[in-house]
Amino acid sequence: MRKETLQAWALILPALLLLVAFTHWPAVATLVDSFYTTPKGSRPPRFVGLENFTDLWTDPVFWRAMHNNAIYAIATIPISIVLALAMALAVNTAIPGRALVRMAYFTPTMLPMIAVANIWLFFFTPDYGLFDQILAPFGGGRHNWLGDTATALPAMIAVAVWKEAGFFMLFFLAALQAMPPDLKEAANLEGSSRWNFFRRVTLPLLMPTTLFVLVNAVINAFRLVDHVVVMTRGGPDNATTLLLYYIYEAGFRFWDTALASTLTVVLLILLGLLAWLQFGVLGKRIHYR
Amino acid sequence: MIHRRTLLAATAASLAAPTIVRAQAVTKLSFYYPIAVGGPIPAIIDGYCAEFKAQTGIEVTPVYAGNYGETLTKAVTAIKGGSGPQFAVLLAAEMHSLQDMDILTPLDSLGLDAAALKTWTDGFYPAFLANSRAEGKLWSVPFQRSTAVMYYNKDAFAEVGLDPAKFPRTWAELEAAAAKLTKKDASGRVTRWGVKMAADVGNAQWTFGALANQAGHILMNEAGTETYFNHPKAIEALTYWRGLAATHHASPDGIANWAQLSPDFLEGNAAIVQHTTGNLTNVKANAKFNFGVAGLPGKDGPRTVVGGGNIYFFKHASAAERAAALKFTQFLAAPERAADWSIKTGYIATQPAAYETKALKDYVAGFPPADVARGFLPVAVGELSTFENQRVYAALTNNIQASLNLTKSPAQAMADTQVEADRILKPFKKG
Repeated sequence: MRKETLQAWALILPALLLLVAFTHWPAVATLVDSFYTTPKGSRPPRFVGLENFTDLWTDPVFWRAMHNNAIYAIATIPISIVLALAMALAVNTAIPGRALVRMAYFTPTMLPMIAVANIWLFFFTPDYGLFDQILAPFGGGRHNWLGDTATALPAMIAVAVWKEAGFFMLFFLAALQAMPPDLKEAANLEGSSRWNFFRRVTLPLLMPTTLFVLVNAVINAFRLVDHVVVMTRGGPDNATTLLLYYIYEAGFRFWDTALASTLTVVLLILLGLLAWLQFGVLGKRIHYR
Repeated sequence: MIHRRTLLAATAASLAAPTIVRAQAVTKLSFYYPIAVGGPIPAIIDGYCAEFKAQTGIEVTPVYAGNYGETLTKAVTAIKGGSGPQFAVLLAAEMHSLQDMDILTPLDSLGLDAAALKTWTDGFYPAFLANSRAEGKLWSVPFQRSTAVMYYNKDAFAEVGLDPAKFPRTWAELEAAAAKLTKKDASGRVTRWGVKMAADVGNAQWTFGALANQAGHILMNEAGTETYFNHPKAIEALTYWRGLAATHHASPDGIANWAQLSPDFLEGNAAIVQHTTGNLTNVKANAKFNFGVAGLPGKDGPRTVVGGGNIYFFKHASAAERAAALKFTQFLAAPERAADWSIKTGYIATQPAAYETKALKDYVAGFPPADVARGFLPVAVGELSTFENQRVYAALTNNIQASLNLTKSPAQAMADTQVEADRILKPFKKG
């Protein structure tokens, strides 16, 4: 028994070490740092309790970032999932050039986000960028997509959806392919309409996949900020500052480790709550075979 | 055969030798630099490093690290992580912030004696050392230095009946010229903008520093502990900037991106752009029309701001590494190389001596725009530079962007910036 325990520990040790070193230890260290001031040259960090959190409460940029991130999440999550499902259904049927279409849908996922952002920078260029050129013949004027407070965040959302939808499509497609064909045959014999079949059979069977995709989409709504760095750097006037970008800015542009740690703790709590909501509440209502 | 004793003796001797001798033992250095303009900058830097290695045997590895902001982030992160470059080109205006982090070493710690250091640094233009002084010491060496200048499309000037040889010298003249240069097609869509100035994160504060000086106003004290945004002249400068789009419709609404200005100008989408002298060679190589370079106008007459990067030396480097880094810096600053750098990029050579070299004299004679910026050095001020520099920049940039997007009045934007800057700089005020 003792030997087996030892053996078990030895087996999980490599994974445990990596997890502790790169996940748990940084998380704990961040929590500790969030109770201290930022060390500066000759001034060592000082314990301030919850002061960093109360400061955050009155920080307008923090609330702006939370607000932006909420909009970003509420828009990207449903749009990318619905789009992914639609694309998966489209390429699951026998259409001409199916392989090509599948590849086209999946291409954005394979490109690095930095490259994607640079391509979209051109799309969004005012006057002679792709969108303005397309809109010009229809009487569309000049759009300063990224330079206008009103359109900058929607532009970021569009890029994120474009990037994500193809990836999620892959999961839906795999789930659709795994679905036994006899269900479809039975439904046909019963004279069920295509819409009815989709609503009563396909969709419920896709629910485990949907939950998985949803979890990923939620994480990405807080994680995917690379294009903000390349395209707007949070501007104009914080219109595209998302929570993670604000953490980056606090940590690596202002070197304010106290603010960055405090923000990180808030983000961790937020993600924890969302995970609990998803698995605890939604997970129970999903039928796994 | 080398005996152990000989080896020990040799080691002891080399340890006892003066710093300069040991410096020759240093064969590897790492050097971060940013790129803020178009053109083949990495090839030029690589060329200098190769030449330096051939001369001295010291291998300098140049690391291109992004724009100024990104290079700062990478250099500081690497140094805080315990490694990082021995020296780097960073924004001249970052001096106070870098000093506050306690990672810099002043120039008098590099192994030069006081007299030699004075002779060397006296050779630079004083305007380029404006952002280098603190606590009675020098903390950086001018390298890729510039002033803001206007690039203008001479063909467009001629087309609308403006004299291509005379660029506007006052705000009123510029407003009138820019309005004239703005061209619309039959549907009312603007096909050419009069003027564009950058207001994106990382550049808005530089544009604004020039505008404030044009109104006759300096935005901070020399110690970097106070700012003066909430001042009628600063508000006037922002009002003028906003008016170019909002009142005169000669500039696009919202904000313009620094990286987009060169393509806009080269595509003919903007007739005038405010940019750095460092972009001159790029524009010269790619413009398909006649272009001119002019000093910035001012409320009453031309005024501008210096900009660009200095070479900083970091504390964590050993004495030998510092000496080697100094050697490379002196190699770069030598008049012939400063002249070569100026010709290849458009940056202003950092010392008058470079303009006495034959190469630069000939170049300037054949291409007069290359000498425009130097003529405006007497009316240039230092760049906005404070403690917590990036934070003050962020506060200013956000408010400028809000104002240009018409969500805040210029007065409100400047008042908000001042409140924010006061809060940021509170710990640094003495007495």
